[in-house]
Formats: sequence, structure tokens, C-alpha cells
Amino acid sequence: MHVFADPTNLDAYLSGFLWILKLTGASAVLALVLGVLLAAFRVSPVPVLRAVGAAWVSIFRNTPLTLIIFFCFFGLYSTLGLRLSDDLDRNNYWLGVIGLSVYTAAFVCEAVRSGVNTVPAGQAEAARAIGLTFFQTLRIVILPQAGRAVVAPLGSVLIALCKNATIVGTIGLIEASSVMKDLINSNGDAVIAIFLVFAGTFAAILIPTGYFFGWLANRLAVKR
Amino acid sequence: MRMKRVAAVAAAATLALGMSACGGDSDSGSGSGGGKGIIGKAQSQKKLVIGVKADQPGLGLQTGSNYEGFDVEIGKIVAKGLGVDAGNIEWKTTVSANREPFIQQGTVDLVVATYTINDERKQKVNFAGPYFIAGQDLLVKADSTLAGPEALDGKTVCSVTGSTPAKRIQTEHPKAKLQQFDSYSKCLPLLENGQVDAVTTDDIILAGYAAQSQYAGKFKVVGKPFSTEPYGIGLKKDDKDGCEKVNEILKAAASDGSYRAAWDATLGKSGKAAPELDTTKLTNCGSV
Repeated sequence: MHVFADPTNLDAYLSGFLWILKLTGASAVLALVLGVLLAAFRVSPVPVLRAVGAAWVSIFRNTPLTLIIFFCFFGLYSTLGLRLSDDLDRNNYWLGVIGLSVYTAAFVCEAVRSGVNTVPAGQAEAARAIGLTFFQTLRIVILPQAGRAVVAPLGSVLIALCKNATIVGTIGLIEASSVMKDLINSNGDAVIAIFLVFAGTFAAILIPTGYFFGWLANRLAVKR
Repeated sequence: MRMKRVAAVAAAATLALGMSACGGDSDSGSGSGGGKGIIGKAQSQKKLVIGVKADQPGLGLQTGSNYEGFDVEIGKIVAKGLGVDAGNIEWKTTVSANREPFIQQGTVDLVVATYTINDERKQKVNFAGPYFIAGQDLLVKADSTLAGPEALDGKTVCSVTGSTPAKRIQTEHPKAKLQQFDSYSKCLPLLENGQVDAVTTDDIILAGYAAQSQYAGKFKVVGKPFSTEPYGIGLKKDDKDGCEKVNEILKAAASDGSYRAAWDATLGKSGKAAPELDTTKLTNCGSV
């Protein structure tokens, strides 16, 4: 463990995982908002909205994340000139957040839509019968029940998101996997130890997350 | 990501097995002096694995399954000197960040990949050479007024994560903003679009990029090298015999014209005359 006794390496390790957590946090919020909106589009009575939702899911769910992140950097930033911050790292960070969010939103959308299908059709019919509009029905009756049904799958999406955040390293943000590469490069004699520390840290973050979502899913489940 | 990790574990396990197997071989061997290291491998298997760059025009560039460039030619000269035909060389792409691990783990036998000899790396691997002396410089747009490294404050510079040039910018010009990628080829579109003000690495590599047809006339090398980068041939730290042998081969190449031929076939095409290979500056292969 001499590698991590060096304060420079320890700092790099910590800041690497801090970037991962920041990427995960911001992207999770954005992807959740966007995903729920897309799910609403996909179950809406308006054909254009349904098409938009379906197209989004088909495009982003089936495109490799690396390509999406590359597009954010070389397309949005380099070619189209979208600059999100004057600070180089911040800029790369936000470009990464955009890429991760649009990608993860597709998965959130499909999870939420499957949740909508668990709500008995009678509920929607009753809501319509008492005069609620489509969006009222969705907001007050359907989504609260659908959301409770998909806590566990959303947990899986969040865990995948956290690991996917390492891909932002390819556009120059020095996150955990880039730090790992750098440490392995300068400590070729401790490759396996370094690898285990980074893999172990991910496990230490994500295994409790998994159990938490399992517990939450049980607690929030709609008893029918 | 998940697949990558699984692959990494599998690779690590394979390597561990491979290494223990090698250890067994040398123990059971009769203990003849030449049986180890690259000399032994070249003799017994008539094969060598050489690590080269894949994205550096003029030095090590991969097109399809072919590698070409000055480093590749040097690799061929060394292999020939060790008795291995060019056809029996397995070329392996290395990037700046994985050269030491590849040597230490035995993934490659030799590394000829714009590999600067320095003290930090000498702790981990052995160097033969240098076969060329480069210097860190800046590549800028043809109309740029950026005059040298001292003008970099507040400017954005692109380089490769973990490379010597990147680390030098971080320590000697901390006010410059550093965009890092895993290869130099990703820096060039940014330079073309103006998101970075300069790309920095060794002058010879930059010259290779500037000369590429799709960038012809767009970029220029500033021409004020601010470091000395002796390119060496990396091999296992304990392979002193192999290292000395490679140095002998380089010495022979300098006098019989094959070094000049290697240059003329690759970097020499830019019109630059072949440099003299100064055989008095060759490394002592780690002996004190």
C-alpha cells in the first residue's frame, strides 16, 4: 500500500472519486427529471410526444456511451462552441453530465414506463371519470404509484450510472479510472493492488446503495 | 465498463500465470548466461514482441495491421541484430501510459515508442540507446503569435495524460490550463477549432503531425525546444545483457548506414537530414 501512503497519490485518488460522485449526483437528478418527462411523453395521448419519447429512447439507449460523451466534447463543445464554464475541468465536467444524463434518461424513462404498466387500468379510468385531465391523472394518480413500483430498477440504473461516470475520463476529466491508469503507469509493480483498491472503492460505494434501494423498494411498495 | 473490468482481471490472472511459468523455466534451466532476457528469447523462439506508438506519423503509425515509422525501423534493426526476421516481430500498440507496465509484466519484449530516458523510469525499466534526441516544443496554428513556453500563462495546452510533456507543463508552467487525452491525435481537432492554444510534446512528433496531409499548412512548430528528450529502447530492468547487446546493434547501425536508411525512409521524407547517432552517449545499461 506504499502507493497510497504518498499524499499526492492519495489526493489524486480522493479527487478522482469526488469527480465520480459529482458526476453521478448531477446526472442522476437531471436524468430522473428528464426520464420521468420522457415516460410521460411515451404514455401521453399526443402522437408527436409519443414519437419524441420513443425516438429518444431508441437513439440514446442504443448508442455506446463513449460515443455520446465524445459527441458532447467534440460536437457540442469543439465544433459548435458550447462552452459551459471557463474552467477547463468544470467545462469537461458539465459536458460529461450532459452526456450521462441524456443516456441515463432513456433507461429511467423505460423503467418508469414499466412502472406505469403496473398501475391497474381502472385507476386511470376512475381518474378520468371524476374529471381529471391527462396530466392531472398522471401526476396525482399514476406516477406516485408507478414510482413506488420502480424504486429497485431505478437503483440499478443509478448504480450503472455511477460506473458509467468513469467514461468521462476519455474527454480529459481526471476521474477515478484516469487516476487509476496514471497510478498504474507510475507504479507498474503494484498494478493488481491499485486495481483492487479502485474496484474495492466502487464496491464500497455501490453495494450499500444496492441494499438501500432494495430496502426502500420494500418499504414503499404498493400493497395490492 | 463491467466487461472491461472482467477483461482486466482475466488479463491480470493470465499474466500472473505466465510470469510464474517463466520463473519455473529459468530455474530448471542449466544456468547458461545467454538464456534469459531478450537475447535468450530471440535465440530460442526467433520471435520478439515490440511495443510502438500507433498514432504518431513518421515515428510509429498504424495503418490497418501495418506499423510504419522511424521507431518501427529502429525496432526492425534491433530485431535483425538479435537474429529475428522482420516478419517474426509482433508489433504491439503502446501509449505513453502503459509502456512501463507492459515491460514489467512482459507483455512486450522491447519498447521503441518515443520513449524518453529519465531517472524516474530507470527505476522501473532498463534503457538502451538513445537512438534520437528530441526536445519538447509547442505546436500552434500557423497564424498564432505564441512565441514559447513562457507565454503559456492562462493559455490552454493539450497533451497526453501521464506523459513527460504533460507533467513538465504542470510543474514548470502551472498557470497554463492543461487538457489531457489518452492520445495526441485527439488534441489536433481542438487546436484546429481554437479550443486549445497549443499542443505540446516532442518537436519531432509535432513535426510529424504538422506534415500530415489533412493539416498541411494549418499548424506550425514554434521551434524553441525547452527540454532534452533522449529516446531510448525500453526493456526489462534486470536484462542488462540484452540492453548492452541492443547498444552494440545501434553502434553497428550508425556505422553501416542502416540508421541513416531508417531515417531517410521515414522522417527524412520531410526533407530533414538524418541526425548523427552519437554512440558515445549510449546508456551504460544501469551499471554504476
